[in-house]
Amino acid sequence: MPASEKTVLHEEDIHRSLVRIAHEILETGHGADDLVLLGIPHRGTPLAQRLGRIILEADGAGRSLEDLVGSLDITMHRDDLRRRPARVPYETVIPGGGVDGRIVVLVDDVLYSGRTIRAALDAIGAIGRPAAVRLAVLVDRGHRELPIRADHVGKNLPTSRSERVSVHLRETDGEDAVRIVGGADAEQGESR
Amino acid sequence: MKHLITIADLDRAAAIELLDTSERMAATQERQMRKLPALLGSTIVNLFMEDSTRTKLSFEAAAKRLSADVIGFAAKGSSISKGESLKDTALTLRAMGADAVVVRAPSSGAAHKLAHAGWIDVPIINAGDGTHQHPTQALLDAFTLRRHLGARSASGSLDGAGLDGLHVVIVGDILHSRVARSNVQLMTMLGARVTVVAPPSLVPVGADVWPCEVSYDFDDAIAQGPDAVMMLRVQRERMLGGGYFPSAAEYTRLLQLTDARAARLPEHAIIMHPGPMNRGFEIAGGAADGPRSVIIEQVAAGVVVRMAVLFHLLASNEREGS
Repeated sequence: MPASEKTVLHEEDIHRSLVRIAHEILETGHGADDLVLLGIPHRGTPLAQRLGRIILEADGAGRSLEDLVGSLDITMHRDDLRRRPARVPYETVIPGGGVDGRIVVLVDDVLYSGRTIRAALDAIGAIGRPAAVRLAVLVDRGHRELPIRADHVGKNLPTSRSERVSVHLRETDGEDAVRIVGGADAEQGESR
Repeated sequence: MKHLITIADLDRAAAIELLDTSERMAATQERQMRKLPALLGSTIVNLFMEDSTRTKLSFEAAAKRLSADVIGFAAKGSSISKGESLKDTALTLRAMGADAVVVRAPSSGAAHKLAHAGWIDVPIINAGDGTHQHPTQALLDAFTLRRHLGARSASGSLDGAGLDGLHVVIVGDILHSRVARSNVQLMTMLGARVTVVAPPSLVPVGADVWPCEVSYDFDDAIAQGPDAVMMLRVQRERMLGGGYFPSAAEYTRLLQLTDARAARLPEHAIIMHPGPMNRGFEIAGGAADGPRSVIIEQVAAGVVVRMAVLFHLLASNEREGS
């Protein structure tokens, strides 16, 4: 039996959300000077790249994309490492200027339990000491298991735990769309 | 993959996965904070029943960088017969709550016995057993070779790359070399062409069915323009009265990687040696220290490759089916 599926964000919605988040980031950070965007693989990385391009268009401040955007693998810091098959960790790319004293914006596709972000905070701690860490997510679906919240949210999406939020991005999946997939058989999904 | 006993425990995809993970581990080792929490709370036992410097140290470093606790177990000096002592040791390790055992043994098959005898049910990693296998050495050699000569993507990434099209020459005491056995298997699995060079007396019976060429002429192998030359240690102790070859002088003349032979290698070729080296015997000092030599890099690679192996075998409890 195919699970029910509903598209909640289309390509243009995703773009509009990212533009708004980019401007929020610029406003709260007082420009792009000290910003570093770190995408959390797999899908946070292309989202961070897109946000970076929008930020550079709006307020370049002489920064390049390579110097503004990186990616942060959290595999080694997960608290559920033992429950999943071991896989090759993703690449961590820290922009040349490092993170010390800068404002790091973590970027991920879905905020759910908050455990991924906790792991990401630990992963950043192993790399340096930012002046501040903020969090931007495309979708916040609720059901937090840790005291973590996002600073910038593309879309708040009330869901039940039995549903799965599936984010598709051009860079990783060939299309832009956010869907809610229903049904008890779709559990786990974005819980990681 | 529950254990790593021989290269045969891997297929090409699993081997490449380990090499890719090793690259990630290497990246983390360039940071200020090199310790990762992945194996926090695990206890890894280093059971070394034979002397070792590099392998023992790098397994220990690898485990500690992943936050595991390491217990060194020196079983040297035991006079009990091999089978029994290994069994008793395994039962002791089980009682101590070991989560994995890294085992180096003078007898071939010890790691396999430990893994499959039913004495202890944790991942067993073979750190060299007799003249049989030394899989992590082969992995670190493949890692080093891939870093230098592997096919990179447009973005410079080695992810997914094998050793396709490379020609590797392995020279020396093939007969007693677990390093050679593991390397012939792994490198051919990854797409390389391997030639082993040795005097006929140091080529094992059955080497004709190995997936490699066997040559008795080092100069001829060099003339083929190999991408890498791996020199094996001549175990001097085996020469005394063993009659494996007439004299050290003859061995040196025919099989030493001299500065002159090194100079005839293609410009991009690298020189490897698993260590410990007999300088002036199988390899000349100039070749060992020259710009083509990656011997010290191999040691550094040993740590990150062993981190990757421990990570893949231990980070997930999935095998317990819970």
